[in-house]
Amino acid sequence: MVNIFNEENFENEVINSDKTTIVDFYADWCGPCKMMSPVIDTIAEENAENIKVGKVNVDDNQELAIKYNVMSIPTILVFKNGNIVKTFVGVTPKQEIEEVIK
Amino acid sequence: MYDVTIIGAGPAGISAALYAKRANLNVLVLYFGESNLEQASKIDNYYGFVDGISGKDLFKDGIKQAENLGVEVKKLEVLGIEPTSETFKVKTENEIFETKTVIIATGNRKVKPNIKGIKEFEGKGISYCAICDAFFYRNKNVAIIGNGKFAVNEATELSHVANKVTILTNGLEKPECEFEVNTKIISAIKGENIATEVEFEDGSKMPIDGVFVALGEAGASDFAKTLGIMQEGDNINTNEKMETNVPGIYACGNITGGLLQVCKAVYEGAEAGLAATNFVRTEVEK
Repeated sequence: MVNIFNEENFENEVINSDKTTIVDFYADWCGPCKMMSPVIDTIAEENAENIKVGKVNVDDNQELAIKYNVMSIPTILVFKNGNIVKTFVGVTPKQEIEEVIK
Repeated sequence: MYDVTIIGAGPAGISAALYAKRANLNVLVLYFGESNLEQASKIDNYYGFVDGISGKDLFKDGIKQAENLGVEVKKLEVLGIEPTSETFKVKTENEIFETKTVIIATGNRKVKPNIKGIKEFEGKGISYCAICDAFFYRNKNVAIIGNGKFAVNEATELSHVANKVTILTNGLEKPECEFEVNTKIISAIKGENIATEVEFEDGSKMPIDGVFVALGEAGASDFAKTLGIMQEGDNINTNEKMETNVPGIYACGNITGGLLQVCKAVYEGAEAGLAATNFVRTEVEK
């Protein structure tokens, strides 16, 4: 399952999450984001028990983008215990992201 | 409207053109600059040439062969590829070509700036795609590193949203354009968590909200970033049919990595040409 993260639930869902959490920063108008989206969906589906996965729409959540210095999309942040452990900028192959969640 | 537009006229691009054209498709080949092949003084390991052949001759003959078959081959610099709902628009300086499929056969000639801080701030003030990231620089001051038509094109895209756009040539000649141009050599991009300053070799500094890299001609990596094509390093990822993850976009030749040889480029070009043909006949004509 892919969650929708936003400014209201980010603290609870991501920062306080006890699972490794993958956050995909995207926008509807962004072509590369559309290519990244199915990859994120598959990662979420295949790793449902171990990790949490969600998306942040940067148009609706500009404060979050600013807070995490997201200035290029898609950007994928991997959080563990409330901290960013890995950042992927641009369309990224599935196996590269999966390396981090192993 | 073209069925197939091929970017690059080396062995991969021309081979793709031959197969697509022989399948009776409407094929356009665009190329610019010197190909990897032209740089090879003599090729002795390619099938059928008793005394070998110079890279320049093989390149020239390939283009002639495609033209003889009725393929349109134009020497034009591609500045960008934009997806529309069902087709792609291939943009050159004065013309836009609409096409059902695109085959990227540009070779791999990525020019990367050797400037301190570029790698460090990638995605944090350093961007390689104006269309993708302009949104983050609304009413802000941005710079483009580059001095060709590609750089001017990226500057134009950014000028619609940014407050001020400056072109930094990093010591190269000033391009013809309406933007402010700085020709000083850059020593570093600096900042704390995000890039905030460009420092020049003469010690002067320029505060900045974002820096876009657009060196030389737009290449395969630049197209990949705009379209969302999966890459591994500077190579484009494809399957065995030379399909990328973007439906209707194919890649072949040196840009897919592996053996950087004419034989491999020709093979992959053939696969890409056939796959694009199949796509035009099944997907597009549905």
